[in-house]
Amino acid sequence: MNCRSEVLEVSVEGRQVDEAMLALLHTILLHRSTGKFHYKKEGTYSIGTVGTQDVDCDFIDFTLVRVSSDELDRVIRKAVAEFKDALGNSGSDGMGQISLEFYQKKKSRWPFSDECIPWEVWSIKVNVVNLANEQERQICREKVGEKLGEKVINIVEVINRHEYLPKMPTQSEVYNVFDTSLKDVQPYLYKITYQITDSLGTSVSTTMRRLIKDTLAL
Amino acid sequence: MDSDLSPQDKKDLDKFIKFFALKTVQVIVQARLGEKINTCSSSSPTGSDWFNLAIKDIPEVTHEAKKALAGQLPGIGRSMCVEISLKTSEGDSMELETWCLEMNEKCDKDIKVSYTVYNRLSLLLKSLLAITRVTPAYKLSRKQGHDYVILYRIYFGDVQLTGLGEGFQTVRVGIVGTPIGTITLSCAYRTNLALMSSRQFERTGPIMGIIIDHYVERPFTNMAHMHPCSYRAPGEDEGGTYAGIEDSQEVCTTSFSTSPPSQLYSSRLSYQTPALGTVDLCHPTACTAAAHPHQMVVPGKEGGVPQVPAQPTHGTAAEHGRIPSCPTGQSPQLAPPTSCSSEVKTVSPSDALETTFTRKVGAFVNKATTQVTTTSLDLPFAAFAPRAYDLQENDPMVHPPPSPAPSSPLQGSLHSNTSSHSGGQPQDDFVMVDFKPAFSKDDLLPMDLGTFYKEFQNPPQLASLSIDVSVQSMAEDLDSLPEKLAIYEKNIDEFDAFVDTLQ
Repeated sequence: MNCRSEVLEVSVEGRQVDEAMLALLHTILLHRSTGKFHYKKEGTYSIGTVGTQDVDCDFIDFTLVRVSSDELDRVIRKAVAEFKDALGNSGSDGMGQISLEFYQKKKSRWPFSDECIPWEVWSIKVNVVNLANEQERQICREKVGEKLGEKVINIVEVINRHEYLPKMPTQSEVYNVFDTSLKDVQPYLYKITYQITDSLGTSVSTTMRRLIKDTLAL
Repeated sequence: MDSDLSPQDKKDLDKFIKFFALKTVQVIVQARLGEKINTCSSSSPTGSDWFNLAIKDIPEVTHEAKKALAGQLPGIGRSMCVEISLKTSEGDSMELETWCLEMNEKCDKDIKVSYTVYNRLSLLLKSLLAITRVTPAYKLSRKQGHDYVILYRIYFGDVQLTGLGEGFQTVRVGIVGTPIGTITLSCAYRTNLALMSSRQFERTGPIMGIIIDHYVERPFTNMAHMHPCSYRAPGEDEGGTYAGIEDSQEVCTTSFSTSPPSQLYSSRLSYQTPALGTVDLCHPTACTAAAHPHQMVVPGKEGGVPQVPAQPTHGTAAEHGRIPSCPTGQSPQLAPPTSCSSEVKTVSPSDALETTFTRKVGAFVNKATTQVTTTSLDLPFAAFAPRAYDLQENDPMVHPPPSPAPSSPLQGSLHSNTSSHSGGQPQDDFVMVDFKPAFSKDDLLPMDLGTFYKEFQNPPQLASLSIDVSVQSMAEDLDSLPEKLAIYEKNIDEFDAFVDTLQ
């Protein structure tokens, strides 16, 4: 099975990085989260309800829709904050990429650890620009809002192609497909990683893998 | 085609399509209410949230959608459309977008109805939630209130996009293949907001002494099916309205089964009748409607439409060019929403229409009774009292027509807003039947300010500005110039000394 890979690019001002990333990541996760599964006997299961929440951005003319789950929001915000810090601490040009990867776990025999097989990767390339005055910032607010709208349309277009999705698992397999740690929603297993690019376009530091949600590797 | 589908599958599919259509309408209209939408996630399935999504059901909207569908389902050649338009306080209207739920002939025979189709419809609804916040009408709807309102209309049949102007854009939300056809959901939105740019919500200055008759004819005849994107929480009045529509209370309890590798399913649909009103799973903070039945619609950010404490809906509505509405203010009577151009944005309490009409004749005057009593001349603002009782008899503001639904726009426009008054200066929406300028009572002159103004409104032109006289005087002036210049030169020292004193 090939991993589906999609790339989104945005240019934002420094203070817009958080909200732009949250907007795109939450939009993707909205589509890749279900309600909690409740397994019953006879191999049937029922699915909980996913609520949604509108969030107005402060620095962008945009309203994002996210899953109503404070836990999930905290996790994503933390990842985005780390990305932004790394971006700020890097060279002055401010280019980086944050990736949201959905994967399945495949059990391997001892002593090998479980294999993580990605089936969809979203890469968001960010270019941070510096603006000189308030007027430019105002224009940037609107422009980035429109750009994010276009990206949301792109995301929706990809998702509605209805390409590969992991099969619905049995109760024993659910942990290999879904992240069951949250109490109100159940996204597919995912991890968020990022890398910062220097002005030459190459990786300055090694790719930092941040395992936001995963079982331990060896 | 249908013969490949088992009866249970066909029944399930029809049900899914029907509720998908209803939920689609709910999502679209709720996204144009002008406020943020919050619903709660619930880990335990309650059995009443279709497509495992917490989407509230606004009864009015469901009612309208069902009326438009009239028992049919969206199908090939039968599209369900939700048209969103904007209406300004001056009466201009403009279609902003049209959302279309269509079906084409491309079938996917192998797809599992109760599992795959259901989940893909759920995904499509999530996409709709995201896309409705992205089209240009969303920002406009968030700012609706004082200057304009957002209306919706649901229709079934052929898609009509001509009202969107030239160069409209289309965005496809998504598609879901089913054994009987492929469901597509798309949005066509206007890009040319020319009406907006020319008006730009500018406020014209107050016009004094003119009876403004905005509406020579009813401007809302073509708006008969438009409804405001507003919502009033179901109260005890409204619950009975929709009792007859029993299938609105169907509940979906769908269980899925996992039997890998084949995804056999067993679905049980149970039917329950929940309590009257919306099955609302959320706690009140997420659903402002339920918490504040009188103020569902959050006014726009520009100050919005003021609250109507005890004023009739008509008064408030008309101030901004809206026709007095029926459903929002009159649930007991229950005129169907389509019969009136209900564009009231603020929803006054349901008992507002029981209150009497008030007449605003000037600043800070607020009489809660139908009769505008003649006050003693010793009291302040006595000039606002009508001079004769016959004024009251003929005054439509005092004797409103009985049925508010077809009330004339003129009458509606004669009512004034509660809060848009400042001392002595009529606002641009303030329409006066009789010209009574504030503070105009004058004991000294036999006439008052209003009469004075009318009489001297068109004064004759100044003699010096008339052509014959000016030509003559100009010639004389030119002739006398050299003499005048000679005198000034002689007295130049005096002029210089004068100028020095000024500095």
